[in-house]
Amino acid sequence: MSMMIALALTAGMPVDLGYAQIPDATKEAQAAELMAELRCLVCQGQSIHDSDVDMAADMRRVVRQKIAAGEKPSEVRAWLIERYGSYVTYDPPLSWATAPLWLAPLLLLAAGLWLARGSLRRRRRA
Amino acid sequence: MIAEAGLAALWFAAAMALLQLASAALGLRLKQDELAAAVRPVAIAQGALAALSFALLIILFLRSDMSVLLVAQNSHSAKPLLYKFAGAWGNHEGSMLLWVTVLALAGAGIAMFERKLDRATLIATLGAQAFIALGFYAFLVIASNPFTRLDPPALDGMGLNPLLQDPGLAFHPPTLYFGYVGLSIAFSFAVGAMITREVGPVFARAMRPWVLGAWIFLTIGITAGSYWAYYELGWGGWWFWDPVENASLMPWLAATALLHSVNVLAARDGLRAWTLMLAVVAFSMSMLGTFLVRSGILTSVHAFAVDPTRGSFILVLLAIYIGGALALYGARVGRVKAGQPFDLLSREGGLVLNNLLLSVILGIVLIGTLYPIVAQAMGQQLSVGPPFFNKTTGPIALFLVAAMAVGPMLRWRRDEANAILEKMTVPAGAAALVTAATFLAADDASWMEIVGLGLAAAVAIASFAPLWRRNLLRTPLFTWGMIVAHFGCAVSLAGMAADSAFTSERLVAARYGQPYYVGPWRIVLNGVAPVVGDNWSAVEGRVTAIRSDGGTPLLLTPQRRFYASPPTDTAEASIRTRVDGQLYAVLGAQDAQGRWQLRLWWKPFVTLIWFGGGLIALGGALSLIGRISRERRSVRRREEAE
Repeated sequence: MSMMIALALTAGMPVDLGYAQIPDATKEAQAAELMAELRCLVCQGQSIHDSDVDMAADMRRVVRQKIAAGEKPSEVRAWLIERYGSYVTYDPPLSWATAPLWLAPLLLLAAGLWLARGSLRRRRRA
Repeated sequence: MIAEAGLAALWFAAAMALLQLASAALGLRLKQDELAAAVRPVAIAQGALAALSFALLIILFLRSDMSVLLVAQNSHSAKPLLYKFAGAWGNHEGSMLLWVTVLALAGAGIAMFERKLDRATLIATLGAQAFIALGFYAFLVIASNPFTRLDPPALDGMGLNPLLQDPGLAFHPPTLYFGYVGLSIAFSFAVGAMITREVGPVFARAMRPWVLGAWIFLTIGITAGSYWAYYELGWGGWWFWDPVENASLMPWLAATALLHSVNVLAARDGLRAWTLMLAVVAFSMSMLGTFLVRSGILTSVHAFAVDPTRGSFILVLLAIYIGGALALYGARVGRVKAGQPFDLLSREGGLVLNNLLLSVILGIVLIGTLYPIVAQAMGQQLSVGPPFFNKTTGPIALFLVAAMAVGPMLRWRRDEANAILEKMTVPAGAAALVTAATFLAADDASWMEIVGLGLAAAVAIASFAPLWRRNLLRTPLFTWGMIVAHFGCAVSLAGMAADSAFTSERLVAARYGQPYYVGPWRIVLNGVAPVVGDNWSAVEGRVTAIRSDGGTPLLLTPQRRFYASPPTDTAEASIRTRVDGQLYAVLGAQDAQGRWQLRLWWKPFVTLIWFGGGLIALGGALSLIGRISRERRSVRRREEAE
């Protein structure tokens, strides 16, 4: 009951989405996940979710407003990448420039297995 | 006078290192026993002189001698004593001097206590240690002299980054440095063995304590650093995949692989070339770690360590060391005889899998950390962060944990699949049960969180399997060490998965007296009051928290602090620990309507992450004590027999 009163009270006031959550928990979860992977452009290696500076708050406000208005996280991410370049996301989108990065784990695993298999076979013959 | 004496001691230590290298090289080359005999005492002298130099630097900091540039830049007469003391290594020059001091002391330790290794390999090892140290001495006296005078002296110091004014600072960097230096000692052993071609169980047993020791310090350093970032940075996160964190994680991964492979070499005389390679890699990673932190080539939250010009000096050192080590490896590995053969399904096979997966994780972290630099050089601006590392290393790490449940049950040389399946019934059943329960309880948890909790349960049980049908009192201490360390991994994994799956976060513009809810807690901001500390002032929120199912209320006091010199403001999180998790509160700014930003987290079982890290380090320590005491006993027995 008191929870609902609290919600009703806050709903009546202007909320700054740079510093407040979206009332809809599902949407807030989507926004939070996205904000954690967006880079604060003026900080030293922090996500906008983690940063205190004004620009991070501005970006959080944009993200929350768009998500609250019903946009999908992937659309918001694409919009931000178009605006700020792929530097803005910690989850580098797959492209020719990032293909080696995303393929690296598979290649490493394959190379490792090949190395280990080769040495095991040699041992068996020995 | 003290500063000049410190610099003189540093120069003399460097001269001793040169003498140590020369007499080791010439002594071995020309088979001059008198020359080679000088290596041990010279190594001890080098250690003593380096320690003297570092001790003098600490005295300068304790006396707040503002006629020394480094003290004036990094200290302040009004600072609490502990931070004056820690300030000696809380900066570039001091930390490099600490590095080389620990390295020199380790060399002196080998010279005094190493008795197993054959003489030629020992001399070669000390020669390699002197070679590594020489680069750092050159770096210190040429590019970063800690004893430079300031004329005229400063009236007072410029203080220290308030973020660093924390007990964490006093211990976090030195622990990591001990780890890095330990790995460079392990590397010196590998070089010694490669030079004399004596790669076998004796070499493995001589190197093992240093690998274990380094690994313990790295584990403590990473665990403590993670907790420090968690409570000091105030973002509720405990690992950010920040380049500097990665720089400490990579040597740890290499050391973990090395400490498993060195056991194969010591027990079964297998994996010779691979163990040498890992020693080279582990050392390279610790040098790379130092380089990444010190050069500031990567933007990161650890930006206080930034300094590009010195970075290029370390880069040259890095190239010489790693290039030289790889060249020596390439030249000598062909002559290292293959080790003993073994079956795929055996303890050795399990350890090979461990090494394979750890190496792949290491490779991913390395590539992910360096990729932005390479991309930038090719004109592409991009960021690689938590989503990439979690998606790529996460599944491999989970597979590694699954292998950890089985590995210790396997026998050396060969084992039967049926016997293993039988032994795995209970852990596998526990894993299935916990996985199913988590799946039902938390419908929005990701597959990695669910599998993580299941595997944690399996390993927690399976880690005790080596004790099955064994006399507990006669079980060797290093077996207990393995059990505790593996159990610690399970505990830590459970904490990570629980925190990731069940954390609740609330961000509110708080009015006085109004209730807010996070997890099972009802939170009220009662007021905000000013408080004053040694060299800061703050506003402090008075927050009470009551659990929905009753119990005594908790008081939380998150602060916004303002430091005068240098002017900075920081958020001091307030954290209350319960058995089943932590309540975490951060106070933000006040808005126009008089409401305070309040960030609240309830993090179920998050403390298990660091508790598990502590258990891992404890397991390492038990193992180290067990190994050393067994070696001692066997040496005594050999001496009695002679």
